[in-house]
Amino acid sequence: MKVEQRPADSKSKEALTDKASLLNLYREMLLIRRFEEKTAEMYQLAKIGGFCHLNIGEEATIVGTISGLRQTDYVYSTYREHGHAIAKGIDPKAVMAELFGKETGTSHGRGGSMHLFSADRRFYGGYAIVGEALPIACGSGYAINYKGTDEIVMSSFGDGATNIGAFHESLNVAKLWHLPIVFVCVNNLYGMGTAVNRASAVTEIWKKACAYDMTSERVDGMDVLAVRRITDQLVAQAREKHEPSLLECVTYRYRGHSMSDPDTYRGKDEIKEWQTRDPILSLGEHMKKQKMLTDEEIERIDEEITAQVEDAVKFAEESPDPDPKDLYRDVYAGEGAA
Amino acid sequence: MAVLAMRDALNQALREEMKRDESVFLLGEDIGLYDGSFKVTRGLMKEFGEKRVLDTPIAEEIIIGTAIGAAMSGLRPVAEMMTVNFIMVAMDQVVNAAAHIRYMFGGGTKVPLVIRTPGGGGHQLGAQHSHSHENWFAHVPGLKVVAPGTPADAKGMLKSAIRDDNPVMFIENEGTYAVKGEVPDGEHLVPLDKNEVKRAGDDITICAHSRMLIVAMDAATELEKDGISAEVVDMRALRPLDMAPVVESVKKTSRLITVEEGWRSYGVGSEIASRVYEEAFDYLDAPVARIGAAEVPAPYNKRLEKIAFPGKADVIVTAKALLGKN
Repeated sequence: MKVEQRPADSKSKEALTDKASLLNLYREMLLIRRFEEKTAEMYQLAKIGGFCHLNIGEEATIVGTISGLRQTDYVYSTYREHGHAIAKGIDPKAVMAELFGKETGTSHGRGGSMHLFSADRRFYGGYAIVGEALPIACGSGYAINYKGTDEIVMSSFGDGATNIGAFHESLNVAKLWHLPIVFVCVNNLYGMGTAVNRASAVTEIWKKACAYDMTSERVDGMDVLAVRRITDQLVAQAREKHEPSLLECVTYRYRGHSMSDPDTYRGKDEIKEWQTRDPILSLGEHMKKQKMLTDEEIERIDEEITAQVEDAVKFAEESPDPDPKDLYRDVYAGEGAA
Repeated sequence: MAVLAMRDALNQALREEMKRDESVFLLGEDIGLYDGSFKVTRGLMKEFGEKRVLDTPIAEEIIIGTAIGAAMSGLRPVAEMMTVNFIMVAMDQVVNAAAHIRYMFGGGTKVPLVIRTPGGGGHQLGAQHSHSHENWFAHVPGLKVVAPGTPADAKGMLKSAIRDDNPVMFIENEGTYAVKGEVPDGEHLVPLDKNEVKRAGDDITICAHSRMLIVAMDAATELEKDGISAEVVDMRALRPLDMAPVVESVKKTSRLITVEEGWRSYGVGSEIASRVYEEAFDYLDAPVARIGAAEVPAPYNKRLEKIAFPGKADVIVTAKALLGKN
């Protein structure tokens, strides 16, 4: 895999060498991993319904990108977004409660796994139509420029989304209108069960931005530090210069497309090979070499996070279902109703 | 009160709302420098600048998507779709996104968005520029749908739509842009959820919206010459659908004709008829008659086109038939 990367600037280097920063990245990735493992378990117990798409394997891409944002920056995501929501700062309890369909969930049980949302954390939603959120993300970018504020927008989507019209329409106007957006393509090599090379004439997704004369980068999406370094540059470009970019993070989902995917379209060896480059283990090793972390600490962190996830499940279990009398609530804003 | 053409009444509404509220902006194809395909946005880019009157690429999905995201981020966009046929390209954004975002995100956000778009035939524009699809949108919870038929209502409803916190489909009609009428100056607001009797009568009820309101009013004038007193109800509020004036009227006249410019199947008239059967069945002396377009893609040929769309004569013949006066 060819990884194109520009040298990191001094500021982001600094942010990625101190122990506290690295520990945050480590904890965040592990939280997503443990959360998703528990989600799979709860799905098998039929506590979670519908479709359920896991982020396991993609943690470095998610944390490496979203950790580079401010709370006031916008994130738009897809139906595979539990990790994005957590990384943007939504309480895992509210995420798990939403998966359980409870009133205490991020979307009060109206959305489910594919439609997490938080206005407060500026997590502007999981969208379940491939490529749909890119134009909407452009709208937030337009609003930022309109109001003259300094937030940015991160629009995250899969490799499959880059083959649809909305992707191209969005990159076109983002460049044309100088929108402060970082488009993040989570290239996990498959759109459902169809490999990138069977769906896209160009398999190096970053090249698609060239048509719009837009900055684009390809990065090893299993390496959280590499992802974060390049993210810092692209975020700064968006914030300071109002210039959009496309970041392709090459990563892998260890699990099937959704919980109901028998995963027959790819070899077990391929999955095992990617697991040898596990983003969490890799960062752990790196930190141990740097004497920032010990095996004992790793174990303790894991215990803490496992307990945090257990708490989230407990919270979800104990939360009430939405009240049937509220079926029609929030179809319309204000008093209007049909 | 000034007499204005429909397009100028709409223009006035846009100008007034943009002056009143900095967060209101317009976007669409050729709405700025070109002054709008139907000149509804004439002069607005000159007055308000390119940021607030945004010329977009001819790419409908990005127009609606941008409007939705901007609406969720604190602005009040008014998007123009050059014709309602073009919005098919952006149906995902309108239905899956704009209409459903608030509910599927548990009320965590709102989408204060207006989509202005004209439907309607009669200009020899063929099968891809002539249809009326307001029933498609009126089917969808989360959208509001209005279709005014007078310049005064056009102004008042557009101002209300811009101030509403929900996505509003504002259906115009290419055949009405030049129609003139009295329009109140300044602050004139017409609610989005109130239909009204535009002409009182006793013998038969005709309900219609948009351009067909004008057709219905003309037909009522003709019918009067033959001693038939028709009551015309303007169905400008399609979703939420205000049935009260129709039901009241049917209780008085016992006969109802619905008129729409689109196809009858699964149409506005079907919905109105169904609700009248539910709410006023015992008052009816005859089945509800539905008038709509011939169920063909709009033909180009002038003669064929004329017979494909409903007109005054259809309403008159139907009214007389319902009253046994043919």
